[in-house]
Amino acid sequence: MEGLGIQLAFYSFAAVTIGSALLATMAKKIVNSAFALMATFFGVAGIYGVLGSDFMAVTQIVVYVGGILILLCFGMLLTDRVPDEFRVRSPRRYVGASIAATLTFVGLAWAISGTAWARLPHITDGSAEALPTTALIGNALLTDYLLPFEFASIVLLVVLVGAARVARGGTR
Amino acid sequence: MNLDELTLTGLFEELPFWVDIPPFAQMTVIGLVGAAAVVLLIVAPIGLMGTYAERRVSAFMQDRCGPNYVGIPFLPRKIYTNYKWTRLFGLGQSLADGIKLLSKEDFVPPKGEPFLFIAAPVVAFAGAIGLFAALPLSDGLIAADVNVGVFYLLAVGAIEIIGVLMAGWASNNKWSLIGAMREVAQVVSYEIPMAMAALCPVLIAGSLQMTDIVAVQRTGATFWGISIPDSIAGWGAGWMIFQAFPFNIIALVIFYICVLANLKRAPFDLPESESELVSGFLTEYSGMRWGLFVLGEYGAMFALSGISATLFLGGWSGPVYSLLTAIGLPSIVAGVAEFSYKAVGLFIFMMIIRWTLPRLRLDQVMVMCYKYLVPFAMACLLFCAAAALVAR
Repeated sequence: MEGLGIQLAFYSFAAVTIGSALLATMAKKIVNSAFALMATFFGVAGIYGVLGSDFMAVTQIVVYVGGILILLCFGMLLTDRVPDEFRVRSPRRYVGASIAATLTFVGLAWAISGTAWARLPHITDGSAEALPTTALIGNALLTDYLLPFEFASIVLLVVLVGAARVARGGTR
Repeated sequence: MNLDELTLTGLFEELPFWVDIPPFAQMTVIGLVGAAAVVLLIVAPIGLMGTYAERRVSAFMQDRCGPNYVGIPFLPRKIYTNYKWTRLFGLGQSLADGIKLLSKEDFVPPKGEPFLFIAAPVVAFAGAIGLFAALPLSDGLIAADVNVGVFYLLAVGAIEIIGVLMAGWASNNKWSLIGAMREVAQVVSYEIPMAMAALCPVLIAGSLQMTDIVAVQRTGATFWGISIPDSIAGWGAGWMIFQAFPFNIIALVIFYICVLANLKRAPFDLPESESELVSGFLTEYSGMRWGLFVLGEYGAMFALSGISATLFLGGWSGPVYSLLTAIGLPSIVAGVAEFSYKAVGLFIFMMIIRWTLPRLRLDQVMVMCYKYLVPFAMACLLFCAAAALVAR
């Protein structure tokens, strides 16, 4: 692939991501923010695709669009009364929110600047083709990272059992 | 030009000014033209033929005639009565329906959310045509032979749910909202056994790529560790349902049931059940917006039939393919012929099921999924893993 094409693709996906994320945070109606988030997730998936990480791109869609976003919409639609407009009422909350936002931003910026991003050959010089990643990820998950992988599944199982208990309510 | 090496990119490279265009613009043009080609050449004819076939199948099953009058459009009645062949068994009915849909009032509920209401059918339709991107229609005839093919196909299905949720919310109508919620509950539940059943052929093939899954059903097929010779595997003996016998047959049945549920087709048509919810999330839709939903549904029906055929029934390889290539037809044509009879057969079978079985209750739908399909799919997955181990 050519350098210019990659850059244009990257910037257009980045524009979609940032634009829709802004829309999601600034929209007055919570429904609109939820659906703007969909475009954000697709933009991020596109960026993964541009970087040659095919498995991550599809996982992004499966997990975020197919899982998280639908859960979000479901929760919203099941709520009795969805407030149409959100407004911060007291100025104290502005202070708290801006402190939290600044801390998050500083932490993220520190982590991003400290990471060596361009290590794969298809990112650094664009000469090599991106390799398929599915087998690599599968092998890594079942060898080096087996414990975290199994731990995540135990957490999910506990959540499932807990949800079933809550859903059954007062039967016993 | 050699038909075997025909690709969309190759067609564009014949243009004299093509090399002067920047590569990103080339990619965009190829993508747009490819998507338009899928819509015009595959989805639209399937929608037209599908609605016609649905009405004819339902009519035959209920001992009626069905649409059989409108043939070649815009002919005077006198010709229709005197020359009966101009009716073409009613094939023109779908075109007439299309003209009706286009000329209907474009209604948007004023108290809903107009933008979401307009965007919803587009999103749902995009999810449906996205299925065609990784579907191998013939030998080498695949839009994007991605490394994560099966995973991608399972992911794209989620987009359609978002469209339906949008439609249900934006209509500002209780029937729409209840229909959309039922749809989400049903589709999200049935994705679990569907993914598990789809993993069975993936385990046997050892790859998520659609072309690899077809290839393993032609050459190097195994039957519980015994290798099937390629000479008979190409004639259908290597199909996935015969590998890891009989567990892939069960997986195919589970996958097909889940496809029916994902498509909201009877007996799983609770989201749009007419007797309870008017039309569910489609209640407020009319004209071409409604038509887009239906076109997407028929497109997805065909695509998912094709995916079932590719995963379990050999895709574009099998007896018809071997026969046609043996008499000297190009392999791309033979592949399309082989693929279409299987995909169309599964497509028509969906209609037969729809007009045979009554609708399930919502609790029955959930019991069916979690108490029967999920355990059986898990068992199939285990036994297919065993078969894959034996074959190594």
